[in-house]
Amino acid sequence: MMEAQKYVWEGAIPLQIHLHESEVTTLPPPLPALILAPRIGYLPLLIPHIKPHFNSTLPPGVDTVWFEYKGLPLKWYIPTGVLFDLLCVEPERPWNLTVHFRGYPGNILIPCEGEDSVKWSFINSLKEASYIINGNCKNVMNMSQPDQVELWHSVFNAGNLEAYLKVSSKLKLGTAGHEYSANLNSGSFVSRQSTGDTDATGQVKTGRVPVRLYVWGVSEDFDDLEDAPQIDSWDKISYINRPVEIHGEEGKCFTLLDAVKSLLPEHFQYKSLTNEESSKEEGEDEQKVPSEEGGENLSEDVESCYPSDNAEVKLVRIQGIEPKLEIPFSWVVHNLMNPEHFLHICVCLKVSQVKIPSDG
Amino acid sequence: MDISSWDGTISLAEFHVAARALVEKWKRVSSASPPWSWVSCPKQPWVASHEVEGYLSLENIILVSIKEEHDELLSFPQKEETSCSDKEESIDIATLVQSQSDRDEICYYDLHIVYSASYRVPVLYFRVYYSDGEPLEFEDIKKHLPAHSAKTLLDSKWTFITQEEHPYLKRPWYKLHPCGTGEWMKLLFQGDVSLARNGAAIEVYLISWLSFVGQVVGLRIPYEMLNQL
Repeated sequence: MMEAQKYVWEGAIPLQIHLHESEVTTLPPPLPALILAPRIGYLPLLIPHIKPHFNSTLPPGVDTVWFEYKGLPLKWYIPTGVLFDLLCVEPERPWNLTVHFRGYPGNILIPCEGEDSVKWSFINSLKEASYIINGNCKNVMNMSQPDQVELWHSVFNAGNLEAYLKVSSKLKLGTAGHEYSANLNSGSFVSRQSTGDTDATGQVKTGRVPVRLYVWGVSEDFDDLEDAPQIDSWDKISYINRPVEIHGEEGKCFTLLDAVKSLLPEHFQYKSLTNEESSKEEGEDEQKVPSEEGGENLSEDVESCYPSDNAEVKLVRIQGIEPKLEIPFSWVVHNLMNPEHFLHICVCLKVSQVKIPSDG
Repeated sequence: MDISSWDGTISLAEFHVAARALVEKWKRVSSASPPWSWVSCPKQPWVASHEVEGYLSLENIILVSIKEEHDELLSFPQKEETSCSDKEESIDIATLVQSQSDRDEICYYDLHIVYSASYRVPVLYFRVYYSDGEPLEFEDIKKHLPAHSAKTLLDSKWTFITQEEHPYLKRPWYKLHPCGTGEWMKLLFQGDVSLARNGAAIEVYLISWLSFVGQVVGLRIPYEMLNQL
């Protein structure tokens, strides 16, 4: 089971970072900086590597660094890999970003004072995850100073998975459903019982799992990723920071699809891009939607006030991959979560009507 | 509600009940002061229609500086009743305050109470700004907080302030960190025999919570709010 975690830990996005033209004071303008950004890391942590590249051309003033992609200011507390998965539906390599050293958009982005802000945000998320899993933050709050340093350094450098696992296992954050179903018969997945892995806590059937869901909707269908519309505003993304509740049921495997469905309403149908599952049904949303995983997962309230809000899952992306939705959720969590113990899931839904919330 | 086994947290449905109770009681008890209101959030089409999402809002208010009255404050968390002796004064929330910031001006507060699904408790979000709408720097906010509160901010493990994105408005707001809330709410309820026995405990949950949390920013709760009516 270490393998998948290793891939995640070592995953990186090649970035090509351009200085915003308003901050270029020399001719010729500087070439963009090329850097490999760890998926599990955060953009502000790259600044010490980027700054020297642009130093000589910056206008006078104090640095207030922020990044932007096609005009969209990037939220620095979202892991780099998640930003990429969300904003670059058709992966762009290298990913072209623009960096600003001036003019921080303080009305949109919360302030960032470099590494400390990122570390603080990380620890806060870790506390939140701990609270969700254990009902309290004690383990995190009581971490020894050396352990805290070790934990942060392993994330900061994204280099040392072993060191991270050693410290993080002391936090006892093994999550619910930590047993991989032996009933699974999907050919592409190897089922293994949890062995002596340090953070396997054996069979935990019920509990809450920290998940952060980023959902965006499209009104036009698309078959190829490159035809997917570009997200140009954070208002188009629903950020759902809500734990997934697992109620262990004997003989039933709680899948990734179950988890996604539990966070989004029951009345949608899943259709994969390769048309693998065609449980799609022409017609109205008043009907119960048949599902491969068992219609009994759908709850009572299929009657809806919106006659046309049938949503269809186009894409579920985690750590840059689109896992099969029937994979046990516990496997996905254990292997694809970020170091702060949150599983970040990007979901694209096709809806008949996309409403952008107005300010009114 | 069995207090002994309760962990101090509430469900989303309970939050809605408690929020309604707060709004109604506040209106009844202090009709002269600005009311708390419930703000519903516009939903994307994929959010279930039966799910209600929203938050409580009290905006554009000026808060009394409790500097002079620090001995009347709750100490954490042994005493659980505010000993608010001045009934008449407590009704009028919107009183002029001596500004402590460098800009010698009146500061306005927006207070939002949002439910946290992770911590299963309410969370206070707030902003402070001058009359022209310009937000205060955090250092100035600290000066503006009741002196007792500013000190306990640094000392206490129960409360601290972070700046985070408002979950609905998607803008930077200040937030009172929720990780101790469950614990001290449980202590609050355990310590008060009448609260523990009273079957309507959920309805006073938010009121009790606010009586504690409001002190961080200097929000006075009318004494009548805490009476079991």
